[in-house]
Amino acid sequence: MDTFLQQLVNGLTLGCVYAVVALGYTMVYGIVQLINFAHGEVVMIGAMVAFSVITALAGSGMPPLAIVLLSLLAAIPACMLVGYTVERIAYRPLRNAPRLAPLITAIGVSIILQHVALLIWGRNYIAFPQIVRTESYVLTTSVNSATITNIQIAIIVLSVVMMAGLIALIYKTRIGIAMRATSQNAAVAGLMGINVNSVISFTFIIGAGLGAVAGVMVGSYYGIAYYQMGFLLGLKAFSAAVLGGIGNLGGAVLGGLLIGVIEAFGAGYMGDVTNVCTLNQFLPGFAAMCDANSNASLLGSNYKEVYAFVVLILVLRFRPSGLLGERVSDRA
Amino acid sequence: MTHYIDHILPAPLRKHPAVFWVGVVLIAAALAVMPFVLVSHSMTSWVRITNFAILFVFLSLGLNIVVGFAGLLDLGYIAFYAVGAYVYALLASPHFGLHLPFWVILPIGAAVACLFGVLLGAPTLKLRGDYLAIVTLGFGEIVRIFMNNLSEPINITNGPKGIATIDSIKLFGLDFGTTTRIGDFAMPGLIKYYYLLMFMLIIIIIINLRLQNSRIGRAWEAIREDELAARAMGINTINLKLLAFAMGASFGGLAGGVFAAIQGFISPESFTLTESVMILAMVVLGGMGNIWGVVVGALLLSFVPELLRYTVEPAQKALFGRQIIEAEVLRMLIFGFAMVAMMLFRPAGLLPSAVRKRELARKAD
Amino acid sequence: MNHPKTSYTLAFAALLAVGLVGCGKEEVKVEAPKVVVLVAEPSVTVKIGHAGPLTVKTPHLGKDDENGVALAIAQANDKKIKIGGKLVKFEMMSEDDQGDPKIGSTVAQKLIDAKVIAVIGHLNSGVAIPASEAYEKVGIPMISGSATNPTLTDRGLKNTFRTVARDDQQGPAIATYIASEIKAKKVSLIDDKTAYGEGLANEVEKTLKSARVNIVGRERTTDTETDFKSILTKIKAKNPDVIFHGGMDQTAGPMMKQARELGIKSIFVFGDGACTEEMFVKAQDAANGLVCSQAGLPSQAASTEFLASFKAKFGDVKQYAPYYYDATNAVIEAIKKADSVDPLKFGPELFNVSFTGATGKVEFDAKGDRKDAEVTIFKMADGKLMPVSIVKAGVATKFEMAAAPIAAPAVVAPVAAPPVAPATKPAEAPKK
Repeated sequence: MDTFLQQLVNGLTLGCVYAVVALGYTMVYGIVQLINFAHGEVVMIGAMVAFSVITALAGSGMPPLAIVLLSLLAAIPACMLVGYTVERIAYRPLRNAPRLAPLITAIGVSIILQHVALLIWGRNYIAFPQIVRTESYVLTTSVNSATITNIQIAIIVLSVVMMAGLIALIYKTRIGIAMRATSQNAAVAGLMGINVNSVISFTFIIGAGLGAVAGVMVGSYYGIAYYQMGFLLGLKAFSAAVLGGIGNLGGAVLGGLLIGVIEAFGAGYMGDVTNVCTLNQFLPGFAAMCDANSNASLLGSNYKEVYAFVVLILVLRFRPSGLLGERVSDRA
Repeated sequence: MTHYIDHILPAPLRKHPAVFWVGVVLIAAALAVMPFVLVSHSMTSWVRITNFAILFVFLSLGLNIVVGFAGLLDLGYIAFYAVGAYVYALLASPHFGLHLPFWVILPIGAAVACLFGVLLGAPTLKLRGDYLAIVTLGFGEIVRIFMNNLSEPINITNGPKGIATIDSIKLFGLDFGTTTRIGDFAMPGLIKYYYLLMFMLIIIIIINLRLQNSRIGRAWEAIREDELAARAMGINTINLKLLAFAMGASFGGLAGGVFAAIQGFISPESFTLTESVMILAMVVLGGMGNIWGVVVGALLLSFVPELLRYTVEPAQKALFGRQIIEAEVLRMLIFGFAMVAMMLFRPAGLLPSAVRKRELARKAD
Repeated sequence: MNHPKTSYTLAFAALLAVGLVGCGKEEVKVEAPKVVVLVAEPSVTVKIGHAGPLTVKTPHLGKDDENGVALAIAQANDKKIKIGGKLVKFEMMSEDDQGDPKIGSTVAQKLIDAKVIAVIGHLNSGVAIPASEAYEKVGIPMISGSATNPTLTDRGLKNTFRTVARDDQQGPAIATYIASEIKAKKVSLIDDKTAYGEGLANEVEKTLKSARVNIVGRERTTDTETDFKSILTKIKAKNPDVIFHGGMDQTAGPMMKQARELGIKSIFVFGDGACTEEMFVKAQDAANGLVCSQAGLPSQAASTEFLASFKAKFGDVKQYAPYYYDATNAVIEAIKKADSVDPLKFGPELFNVSFTGATGKVEFDAKGDRKDAEVTIFKMADGKLMPVSIVKAGVATKFEMAAAPIAAPAVVAPVAAPPVAPATKPAEAPKK
């Protein structure tokens, strides 16, 4: 198992991104019980805005770190604005409508955002100019070794900082108390003098801000962005939020990390585990086929995308409250 | 027959059945002649577009059973279409060397799709609406990924290459894939498919109308409006939801089989999430639960993008000298805006069903 | 039973019918201005269709193809070709298939409706396959300059041709280069699970195996994936000399970058999908040293005459324009041979055409595939792709020699030479 440590590093980096995106889903769900389908698109817009800023400044001779910081400073407000607008236009009028209605507008908004991004940034994959030199560091233990890049370290550190900041916000500030009160019972919170509408707007804005940072992280990690990148990322992050227990911040983080690691290990090991050719000695009939075809895995790395969905279905089936969820999800 | 006509007729026409029949005959004649008019004007491609539009009507009506009648949001509906298409393709193409006749495969395809519907529904229907939506979305993706990957270690679906040279439909010795000539009168395959599809459409609409007003239909309506109350009234909600899923899936499977036969080639890229969303948009636009509304919604969203291709791009070139928005992007934007705007302003659809209208009206708090 | 929800029924139905018929009528109006009336002496105007993704997926390539067709048509018109005593004016009718099989078959029908005499296209194999069935039914020849999937011409159709090499010509050529020039002992393969990527990787694997090169691992991903670290980690443990990836530059770029980050030193080899200078934009410095192939002769090696005229009219060649140019000229040649613009008459003549086009000698075999298609191997240095070798009938030749004037390859290797067989020998030797 000499790849174990490396796969763990791969999985945790990916998991941190999922976790930050999952926080956005879980906060919104915790407060308005709405799956904000458009959250993945907010992440995409964050990446795209950052791309535009970095490309514009890449040749300016500014220090790379300053450029990255500026791109964050541009992406975060842009995404917050998108998050706020979407809530205001597409979700707020439907707050008392049947469940189906905001879900359908959410899908509609998601399509609109994707195609607006397409109009602005084009259809092709866009490549981030590499302004920060990638440095690889080798971690070695007695049996394992793994490389980790400076960007990966930055992603992990940034995620931890953001999660800590978010938890402090929710548990230590007045607006945090208001958010928790609203999520418990919006009507009563309103009676207590909390402006429920602004609390909900604030939640969307914070979620979108996190999404923007996640977008910049994904973009600079892979060096690639495109208008549909948010959708799958969003779905996986949503699965992470459900796995951890939707509405639970710690759960979203745990779920994100788990989904990341499950994907990395799934793609890394499932192919060998499910290789029917290892059954050669038991089932002689396979021998001929295995000689002809080196790829006799039932679940090779091609099934990587499936794991998050399978986890989602299994969790919803057997433990709808998720790993850390306190309240059992009300089954309507 | 009369009692049946009674409830599909609008009130004023119920009093004047003669007007109704004249209208029916005129419309039927117009629809029957239309493809020949199109072909004689060298617009055969519009016959093909119409055929696909009718297929989307099938799909929308199927999804309408799930979303409109039973109120369950299914975002992976295209999976059943895919299953039906693949069943047809596998049983009537050189891929496995099987060439079963159409009327044998179509029920098999519908049955397999139905089985998938039950397989998906049984474990998930207990979930609340929005969870169900996301699970079905995941299911749709899983089905597509498996279609794309089940070429190894044993080649079942032929993977991303798809399955080519699928048999055309043959009924009563009539091959729908070729042009039939009777003297000077030529009838291209596409027109034969058009008639077949129209025939199937009529049957499917009748089934849907009957279903809506049946015991089952009313039970679905009860579940949709208040599941708790429905259960209290002794309705077996789980079984009925499962039935909705299964029936919706069968319609999807049926449409998939016909699609495979008309197209002659299928590959997993025809069954993406975008298609699921598109069908949902058709149902939403027409009005969830309203059969005629859904038919109109599906036709609108099938034809409008085609018209856009003819008008928007040349218009932009003429106005601005270059293309600013591609018709394809515009089409998706229309889908998106239609879904948002419908929910905000006309939640019950362009042609709302009365019950749905009442139900989706915003509660005044 | 009085159901208010069923009101308006008839009105809709009527609306529907009017709508349907209306659509058709409206269409006449819109279509009308499209037919450009050319005032001319006793001449006949024929339309040649082109179809490809012009707005979606890979519009830059679709446009490039269209330009190739346009150039050939413009040149033919300049030559004032006479068929059956009448001057022939060619015009192009270009349609957008959006790279979607369903839209592709509708577009095919549209071209047939417009009575085109031949269709040059479609770009994607997945679209060309269903569309070709429609053309076959009416006997209109279709020539693609880019669809490489073998199925296209393996179905026994009489009117389907291509001017580009099949995957099972390109794949073995890449494998030949890996085995005989790179002299790799261990190779890992990755594909993106598309018809193109998987098909190409399968062909590479097959040939490498017959050359006794050790295949260590075959991984799969998707064409929209951006994270390859897990599969690359798995591959790294196997320490291959070469990693071949069947996919487009959008996956190949990040893949190479991530591989270098993981400290993988293997040489990366790609097919034509990732044989673009875009690779340098996507993977930056990591892209240098990559090896890739393009079916046919490189655009740099296309005949200088073609390149000059193309550049003057449309700028740089993106990728397949020379093949589309040759495809169009093949149709024109067949028309001349048959002395007829009737597709049913000149169609069969396509099997007999033989001329030197932009991409070398153009001849079709009985299936409609290009005879003896060349494959060019490129290497990236300082962000530029340089042709290094041309593989033909299983033999790799250094580019300098082969590059010389394009007319030279008239020394056609024996057609039936089993591909790769000769080249596999040298690779075998050092092994055992």
